[in-house]
Amino acid sequence: MVTLAPVDPGDPMLNASGGAAGAEGLRIRLMSEETAARAAARETASDEVIFDLRELSCFYGSFRAVREINLQISKGMITAIIGPSGCGKSTLLRSLNRMNDLIPTAHTTGEALYRGVNLYDPAVDPVEVRRRIGMVFQKPNPFPKSIYDNVAFGPRIAGFRGDMDDLVEGSLRRAALWDEVKDKLRSPGTALSGGQQQRLCIARAIAVEPDVILMDEPCSALDPLATLRIEELMQELKQNYTIVIVTHNMQQAARVSDVTAFLSMGTDRAGYLVEVAATEQIFTRPEHKLTEDYITGRFG
Amino acid sequence: MAARETDAAQMTTTELVRRSLAGGGVNLRSLAFEGVLTVALLVALGILAWLLAVIAIGGLPVFFERGLDFLTSDLSSNPDRAGVAQGIAGSLMLMGFVVIVSFPLGIGAAIYLEEYARDTWSTRLINTIVRNLAGVPSIVYGLLGLAVFVVALRELTGPGNAQGQSLISGGLTMAILVLPIVIITAAEALRAVPASIREAGFGVGATRWEVVRSHVVPYAAPGILTGTILAVARAFGETAPLIMVGAVVGGLSTSYEGVIETIQGRYTALPTTVYDWARKPADFAANTYAAIIVLLVVLLAVNALAIVLRNRLERRW
Repeated sequence: MVTLAPVDPGDPMLNASGGAAGAEGLRIRLMSEETAARAAARETASDEVIFDLRELSCFYGSFRAVREINLQISKGMITAIIGPSGCGKSTLLRSLNRMNDLIPTAHTTGEALYRGVNLYDPAVDPVEVRRRIGMVFQKPNPFPKSIYDNVAFGPRIAGFRGDMDDLVEGSLRRAALWDEVKDKLRSPGTALSGGQQQRLCIARAIAVEPDVILMDEPCSALDPLATLRIEELMQELKQNYTIVIVTHNMQQAARVSDVTAFLSMGTDRAGYLVEVAATEQIFTRPEHKLTEDYITGRFG
Repeated sequence: MAARETDAAQMTTTELVRRSLAGGGVNLRSLAFEGVLTVALLVALGILAWLLAVIAIGGLPVFFERGLDFLTSDLSSNPDRAGVAQGIAGSLMLMGFVVIVSFPLGIGAAIYLEEYARDTWSTRLINTIVRNLAGVPSIVYGLLGLAVFVVALRELTGPGNAQGQSLISGGLTMAILVLPIVIITAAEALRAVPASIREAGFGVGATRWEVVRSHVVPYAAPGILTGTILAVARAFGETAPLIMVGAVVGGLSTSYEGVIETIQGRYTALPTTVYDWARKPADFAANTYAAIIVLLVVLLAVNALAIVLRNRLERRW
């Protein structure tokens, strides 16, 4: 069994992982087009690669949904995946914590290195992967249990031995939900509003102290105000977590993300990576005509 | 002058619209169809009401005359002393077997089929078979019980004078009879739990077992419960397979000694009692009706319980 390293930036094993050189490459590419201020911000944020996808393809049965993606995702940043409907954004995201394994016909080829370990190595346990790489879904999906139990479920099954009340409070605080629910922790999570439910789902995800949070169109079922709250929350969470967000909302990608990856659909209906760069660059000076057409609303 | 002309034109337009919108009188076809449907409903309800009235008129005097004595008396050849105590006891014990055997097996099978089995041709074949088994006439299960539990397993099910025609044979036959129904209803309840709940569980690093135990099964429990209660009600009313596997029609010794002796001994059930009395001379007619009333009351109560539980516990997603 391959053990996935815990989150410790000082771990020499991590720094020695194969992705470091690639991260450097991405950084240099990004640097060349960026303002000095943003570069400085990134410098402090990270130069560590969390995900390194190499020729990653995802299939449902014989249908290839995502074709040969090469992409690096850096620590402490918000990476947005945008693209037209059906281009495999969600599939790509769900391949990062092996959520696609739950679909019986799904399989992948290529490599998805997480801190240097291929997630699709036969020795890797998907349950362990999902403990480190949490997920927030498109439609808020709290368990039909109390708010408290929603947050406590993850730590409980992970064998958490500390003070659960503290952990629940801390997770709800970090999800900017504590003040609204502190007096009704025992009432069902499903009774909250849509935006509160989604923040509860975020609290549930961070309660297990993940390394990465994957967000699959987390605001598509929410009103603009609730969306704004989630976006603000993402900026705070960025301090502690690496976030990958799929969104069909280009303004959202522009507002919240540091890096944007644009996917499009090929003639074989498989999604492929057109371009990845600093968000500012993608939205102001895209390299590819296709990207420009998409962000200016000419298709998609 | 001109204005008046426009007014006149306006009038005619309004009149034209009024005419075109007016109903075309009574639609005879529609009325006739409605009449046919009403008659169909009345005939169905009438037959049911007639049946219930006959049973009530025939059976209620027994309760007026003997009160609860009818419920607590044993079988007897004297119609004035005969009661349904053994029938009720036998039926309840049969239900016990159904609950103990078919619930764990049926719910377990449903959990496996819904949560664990991959969607292969063999899984689909098994699902189809289970659905078809639920529709197999109960007499066929009676034959199965006769061949397996009464004859082949005689040494286990009834080594004494019961000759295999024992309570355990009947109970196991009933359990197998309702097993497909339990599997189907439990599987439907599990399927009603949305996939997003499972994803939420897996998303925080739960294993399949943890997702099933902590989420899917608890959320499906109300549906599973009502489905299985209805399955028990079905078994309660079944008669044919019990006659096949030898529920006693007629006298029954009441010398219950111990658990083993009881389940390996002869038995009767409420519907079997009805069946037996119905074939007896006319002096048992009132008893027959009264026993039917007991049977119907129990079935109604069980179904009502299932409905109440469903309305109170069922979750809307």
